[in-house]
Formats: sequence, structure tokens, C-alpha cells
Amino acid sequence: MKNPVTVLPSINWFKYSSPHSFYPLAGRMVPWFLAAAALFGLTGLYVAFFVAPTDFQQGESYRIIFVHVPAAWMSMFIYLVMASWAGAGLVFNTRLSGMMARALAPTGAMFTFLALWTGALWGKPTWGTWWVWDARLTSELILLFLYIGFLSLTAAIEDERRADRAGAVLALVGVVNIPIIYFSVVWWNTLHQGASVSLKSAPKMATTMLIGMLLLALAFWMYSIAAALLRVRSIIREREPRAAGED
Amino acid sequence: MQWGSWAEFWAMGGYGLYVWGSFAVTLMCMAGEMASLITAERAARQREGEQA
Repeated sequence: MKNPVTVLPSINWFKYSSPHSFYPLAGRMVPWFLAAAALFGLTGLYVAFFVAPTDFQQGESYRIIFVHVPAAWMSMFIYLVMASWAGAGLVFNTRLSGMMARALAPTGAMFTFLALWTGALWGKPTWGTWWVWDARLTSELILLFLYIGFLSLTAAIEDERRADRAGAVLALVGVVNIPIIYFSVVWWNTLHQGASVSLKSAPKMATTMLIGMLLLALAFWMYSIAAALLRVRSIIREREPRAAGED
Repeated sequence: MQWGSWAEFWAMGGYGLYVWGSFAVTLMCMAGEMASLITAERAARQREGEQA
């Protein structure tokens, strides 16, 4: 009997993990993700402001949800993706993994800041305060510090591969904060409301509100992919000019 | 459509500062980040063009 491994078609799974083949691919993908981001973003904004009804409790201030929730989701999701790339870099020692992790960090930090900023602007009219030291808000602030820590640590180490590894360890340790953010509203008695959308129960909001929020979340998603691809290209140009065709 | 006029739309039922403060800063951050990334990309493509 033939060894099953040799029967498998010889796909080189690591082909696109080399900066040389990933660089042009990333460049070709960017316009598509940007176009998708614009499309989802514009329809999402239309639904958010012209279709979704006024909230009977909060009036128009609730419309902040349309940027607040997608930004908060992205802040956590990008961290998980960043930590996965970082972990893959440690395990497989592939050069691209560390680059991807570092390409994602600034965009993740930006969405974390935006989640906090829009949260403060929503908190003022609904809770009467910009900020409280409650579990959800504090753990999201810790997420911002984790991103800043990752960015400063990797920037401080001159040898790029060593910087990738040090950053990866920090990113992986910080993963523990993500479930804390997510479940903080369940585990602790907080001022922050519970999840608006969950897999277990029907969404606690009007369908049009939910659609607007999901469209903007998709837009943020597409935007983040485009931003990460553009940034990884610039990292490749800097670190491996030959792979980018710049000698 | 729930807005009687544009003025009503911008006022956001008295929450204009909070709602537009959220959307404007979000848009500015994203547009700013994308603009700086695209500027770097354009400069690199220009260098590539010069080499070819």
C-alpha cells in the first residue's frame, strides 16, 4: 500500500508564507477589500441614519452603537488574529507570521481607542459620566495598553526577528484579557449593558438596527484586512527589499 | 424617514455632539490611517516604476 502522504497532491502549504510570493498577492487583494469596505460602509451608514428607528429609551444617542460595537468587536478580534500569527511565528518560525502580527497591531490599537472614545461619548448622555472604572471599560483599557506594549516592545528591539519573538510572547500572554473583556458584563455587576448580539438568544434590538450594525462591522472588517495588507507590504519592503522587488 | 429637515438630522434629538463626535472621530482615524498607508504604497510603486 502506498503511503497516504505521498498520494496527496503536492500542495506547498507554505507558498504564501514566504514574503516573496505574498507581497504581490497582498497588493492585488487590497483594492477589492477597500471596495467592499466602502460598499458595506455606505449602505451601513444609510441604514444606521435613515432606516433604523429612534430608540424608545435612549432617543437618538443610541445611534453611537453603529460604530461603538463594530469598533469594540474589531479591537478584540484583531488581537486574537494578531496573537495567532504571533503564535504561528513562534511555532513554524516563518518570517511572514511576525510581519503579519506587527501589521495588525496599529489597526487593532486604533479600534480599541475608538471603542473607548465612542463609549465615553455614549456614556455621558446615558450614564451621566464619560468614564467609570467598571470591569468592561477597564479590561478594554488594558487591551489598549497591551497593543501599545506590543508596539513599543517590537519597536525597541533592533533585531527584527528577535523583536517578533518578544512581541509574540507578550501578545500570547495578553490573550487571557480577551475572554475577560467579553464575559466581564456577565461575571461582574457592571454599568455596561450585556451583549446586544449573542449566538444563544435572539438579538435584543430591532432588525434594522441589527442589520445596520452588522453592515458596519463587515465594513470595518474589510477595512482592517486592507490596512493590514498594505502595512505588511510596507514591512516587507523595509525588511526584505528583494522580496518586494526593490533591490 | 424619521427626519423632518436637515437641521433635525444634524441635531440628533439633542445628542448631536455625542453622535457626530463618535462618527467623525471614527471616520477621521480610519481615513487618516488609510491615507498614510496609501501614500507609502504610492511612493513605493513610483520607485518600482523608476527602476523598471
